[in-house]
Amino acid sequence: MIPPEFDYHAAGSVDEAIGLLTGNPGEAKVLAGGQSLIPLMKLRLASPKVLVDISRIADLSYIQEKGDWLVIGAATKVNDLNDSKLVGSSYPLLADAAAHIADPLVRNMGTVGGNVCHGDPGNDLPACMVALGAQYVVRGPKGNRTVPASDFYQDTFVTALDPSEILTEVQIPKAQPGTGGAYLKMERKVGDFAIAAVAVQLSVDAKGTVTRAGIALTNVGPTVLNAPKAAASLLKKKPSDADLLAAGKLAAEAAQPTSDLRGPADFKRGVVQTLTQRAATLAWSRAGGQR
Amino acid sequence: MASTAIPRLTSPLPIKGAARRIHVTINEVDFDMAVEDRTLLVHFLRDVLGLTGTHIGCDTTHCGACTVLLDGKPVKSCTVLAVQVDGRKIRTVEGLETGGKLHPVQDGFAAEHGLQCGFCTPGMMMTAVALLAKNPNPSEDEIRRAISGNLCRCTGYMNIVKAIQHAAKTQGGKS
Ligand SMILES: Cc1cc2nc3c(=O)[nH]c(=O)nc-3n(C[C@H](O)[C@H](O)[C@H](O)COP(=O)(O)OP(=O)(O)OC[C@H]3O[C@@H](n4cnc5c(N)ncnc54)[C@H](O)[C@@H]3O)c2cc1C
Ligand code: FES
Ligand code: FES
Repeated sequence: MIPPEFDYHAAGSVDEAIGLLTGNPGEAKVLAGGQSLIPLMKLRLASPKVLVDISRIADLSYIQEKGDWLVIGAATKVNDLNDSKLVGSSYPLLADAAAHIADPLVRNMGTVGGNVCHGDPGNDLPACMVALGAQYVVRGPKGNRTVPASDFYQDTFVTALDPSEILTEVQIPKAQPGTGGAYLKMERKVGDFAIAAVAVQLSVDAKGTVTRAGIALTNVGPTVLNAPKAAASLLKKKPSDADLLAAGKLAAEAAQPTSDLRGPADFKRGVVQTLTQRAATLAWSRAGGQR
Repeated sequence: MASTAIPRLTSPLPIKGAARRIHVTINEVDFDMAVEDRTLLVHFLRDVLGLTGTHIGCDTTHCGACTVLLDGKPVKSCTVLAVQVDGRKIRTVEGLETGGKLHPVQDGFAAEHGLQCGFCTPGMMMTAVALLAKNPNPSEDEIRRAISGNLCRCTGYMNIVKAIQHAAKTQGGKS
């Protein structure tokens, strides 16, 4: 399958890329790793007339701590998260997810920016970003703006991004002592999108009492789903088994799964409940909580 | 690299739409050619350059039969545009043998019977080459994770794992 005809441009800078997007309204699309966009174009599910390749922009690929944030450039490859010592040692939620996104070959091309911008409810990084309380730096013709990940996702393939805007950086609150997270994904086989997956990020005080909680769900709704009630149910607690079960039930209530090839809706709700219990248990112990 | 097939001089893919010249190094040979923007890397390799060792299995980014190394990293060439590799280095299965001598990974697949129909083999070997360059002594678990994007419908993977272990051993822990 050969994609329909288009004009390819390798942008040298973010501003040049924005110029190309504004100059071709409604016809241009950003090309990052191409691991979602090229398959869609081959199947004629997308046929942009102009592709603006941002993967050659030199300063869009980095993972580093800066001030209060872990900042990740949009063109950073997903496999760079797997290779990063910093992510491996301090950001277990991201490390868990990055190891289970697609397969190693796709991860060598696919980018962090593409994963969070694509808007497929099956993408794994959006739930991580929502649970972590991350924000996105977005640049357009009028300059930069910052959008919290929890406000970014509106519907399947619909995000807060304007067609003339480019996401340049993901900003994640810097890991502190007493924070920890976990991402658990049930998939049919390597390289498949999740049947369901759950991201949990917790902060605990010296006694192991939860002081902040974020829980978000992958592929059980039209878009990534935030589960604030499940998260709030863990606050001010040293979660007991009963508390974890209650949080799992609240997460399952927040899920909006549909029956499809990956299983019936009720089954997926059950998966969300169990994965939430387990991910919260793991996140709590990674944050330093002890029974 | 002497073993690289000699490129055809004219492209059998008619260029209709937008096109540009790309400069790309394939198996250490430099090419400077016009390609249509929408040409996929796998078609550029197979149909323009005649390097048919890289296979097309699924054409939907699922099987890994089309795996080539892009700047040393394994990627699915059915899901990369030829224009995206302008200025970069590609290695295909044709680039493994040097001066009539098989690459240790090729030797490993022969010695351990790492293939049956052979359709997945070029992609599987390219992934193995990249793995051993990064991790000369991988554990079985690391091998299985590394090849998890390359599907084989024949072998059950046992002998593929052994083939890669064989290669690691003959390379003596060197890449
Ligand atoms: C077989 C297979 C299995 C997969 N399994 C999974 C999985 O399990 N989990 C998962 O999360 N993903 C999975 N994916 C998707 C993969 O991770 C993609 O790489 C990712 O969704 C998109 O990243 P990309 O860089 O390839 O983006 P592209 O395909 O280049 O772009 C995707 C979309 O995002 C837009 N975009 C990209 N970057 C930006 C930016 N910086 N600013 C604005 N817009 C931008 C593009 O215009 C396009 O609309 C799978 C893909 C394949 C082929
Ligand atoms: S042919 Fe490219 S992944 Fe199957
Ligand atoms: S040997 Fe036949 S697919 Fe692998």
